[in-house]
Amino acid sequence: MYPELNNLLNTTPDRAEQGKLTLLCDAKTDGSFLVHHFLSFYLKANCKVCFVALVQSFSHYNIVGRKLGVSLTAARECGQLVFLEGLKSSVDVFFRAQAEPHPLQFLREADVGNLQPLYEFIREALKPMEDGQAAWRYPVLLVDDLSVLLSLGLGAVAVLDFMHYCRVAVCWEQKGNIVALVHDSGDAEDEENDILLNGLSHQSHLILRAEGLATGFCRDVHGQLKILWRTPSQPAAQRDRSLTYQYKIQDKSVSFFAKGMSPAVL
Amino acid sequence: GSTGSIGAAACKNNVTSFQRKGPRASGTDSGCSRLVSIAGTRPSVRNGQLLVSTGLPALDQLLGGGLAVGTVLLIEEDKYNTYSSLLFKFFLAEGIINGHTLLVASAKEDPADILQELPAPLLDDNCKKDFDEDVCNHKTPDSNIKMKIAWRYQLLPKMESGPVSSSRFGHYYDASKRMPQELIEESKWHGFFFPEKLSSTLTTEPRSLTGGYRKLLQFIQNVIYEEGFDGSNPQKKQKNILRIGIQNLGSPLWGDDICCTENCDNSHSLTKFLYVLRGLLRTSLSACIITMPTHLIQNKAVISRVTNLSDTVVGLESFTGSGRETNPLYKDYHGLIHIRQIPRLNNLIYDVSDVKDLAFKLKRKLFTIERLHLPPDLSDTVSRSSKQDLAGSSKLLGPGCGMMAGGKQHLDF
Repeated sequence: MYPELNNLLNTTPDRAEQGKLTLLCDAKTDGSFLVHHFLSFYLKANCKVCFVALVQSFSHYNIVGRKLGVSLTAARECGQLVFLEGLKSSVDVFFRAQAEPHPLQFLREADVGNLQPLYEFIREALKPMEDGQAAWRYPVLLVDDLSVLLSLGLGAVAVLDFMHYCRVAVCWEQKGNIVALVHDSGDAEDEENDILLNGLSHQSHLILRAEGLATGFCRDVHGQLKILWRTPSQPAAQRDRSLTYQYKIQDKSVSFFAKGMSPAVL
Repeated sequence: GSTGSIGAAACKNNVTSFQRKGPRASGTDSGCSRLVSIAGTRPSVRNGQLLVSTGLPALDQLLGGGLAVGTVLLIEEDKYNTYSSLLFKFFLAEGIINGHTLLVASAKEDPADILQELPAPLLDDNCKKDFDEDVCNHKTPDSNIKMKIAWRYQLLPKMESGPVSSSRFGHYYDASKRMPQELIEESKWHGFFFPEKLSSTLTTEPRSLTGGYRKLLQFIQNVIYEEGFDGSNPQKKQKNILRIGIQNLGSPLWGDDICCTENCDNSHSLTKFLYVLRGLLRTSLSACIITMPTHLIQNKAVISRVTNLSDTVVGLESFTGSGRETNPLYKDYHGLIHIRQIPRLNNLIYDVSDVKDLAFKLKRKLFTIERLHLPPDLSDTVSRSSKQDLAGSSKLLGPGCGMMAGGKQHLDF
């Protein structure tokens, strides 16, 4: 996790809020650094994490996680982390017919697929232990990323329904958190993606939006991060708080600064 | 170094998390030292990632050293597919020179014919015989060249601007000559020519992809499994890389209609194919080049999804037949090359070159990529039209990490 981002969000692993949906969004840049942040944040917070990693392999997250101070292999071995590796599992699902429904069963289906097996998988992974003794604090679902599900044949409505079910199971029943990444396609006019993004934006408590700079590439400022705090239950009674920062990604951390205050410029 | 301390204090076993960095693409837990000695590969200086050459050393440099094993390089074809097919052939030729196994898939040309048209490698006479020698030859490229007078210049790093002798990684090719027949015959390759496979009933399940893509995936998976590229044959002592080349993916010849209409029925077929292909690559020692006629795809959403599903994306824009062919600004070049996406693998950061305006040219023999240099404005009156044209074209050059408001301003941040 990045200490500077924790300061901006006013959280620490010990006293993070529960029952929240955080939406990560990137437009014309790569927002995966935010995924790495939340993964290491919740592992350090001693939460049980179910990570649906659809775009990269386990060792990718593991190597970056080590730079950020967490070990995914150790977390997976002791049961803190349940890792669904999309790329590897897709090969198994696609080439061999499975006996029981696999979370990525929709890859084999010709018509519009269904995310129920994936939901059941997550529910099973995050269910509280029977003996009542909680080894971990609260469950967290992390998805990287939801836009890929649209490319795999699912409709935006199916993905929104899936997220709704997950929110009920994780956020409401177990007071856990969900963090999901969605790409913003910008002028690519991806209608399904826009529906998904807008639908999730209205349900989220916190939106982190990483954007590229309007002026183009810069070596010292990699992009801009917009943070938006929302209260979905209260219908626009109070104004949502929003902040904008610029960031630079380094080898083991990300530094944030106010707009125009990059150390390279000062 | 990596940390042994783990965030979860309640973790029961005290397993240290220190592991030697090895090539990520390995499906098995084989030691990294064995894998690094595969011919034609080298570890990345940044994160130890195993890299192969794309066949074009200038492109290797722009991609941060080479193409990572286990990833996809997507080439957005130029309008008449002249230069993208050349890059495709460079990739395959590099595989032959390094002794890699090739898998060539096309719906247009017979793979055997594609292999006949590969360019010949440029080697000095000294090194023609090095070809069949031991791969672990440690001869440095410039051991023959000793400077007598300006000996201090020998200490400066060399710019790779011309043919380098006996470099184990990355070779130069002569586009005007053909690869010697004996090299092609010695090489190991598998061909997938879609018109031949149309009638075969290799597999009919699963129905989620159109026939061409499904058969191709099945073919690739068979080769990977049977030849042990995914580590399934542990008896094999000599590990090798599988270079996969897929030509004109997405074109109507593959049975896909994304290039024909805007609202296509099977729009998910191509993206599903790319996803499962990447899954296959990540779990095997292979690297893949795909050329795609993105200029024909009418639905921009598909292009952005395809880009997100690929690792490295390079776009070629040739000047042939466009107004720029006669534009004096571009007279030295044949087209522009856009590095649209570079993956951040095993890392938060990546090697990205500062130079965003890149152009390529095919000289008599060599294909070179250079920074786009404007010719000096030697006219008596500074012509405003050329400056506006430059600002307009700069909107298309170098978006870098984001360019949300294109505009006529040419701003330097």
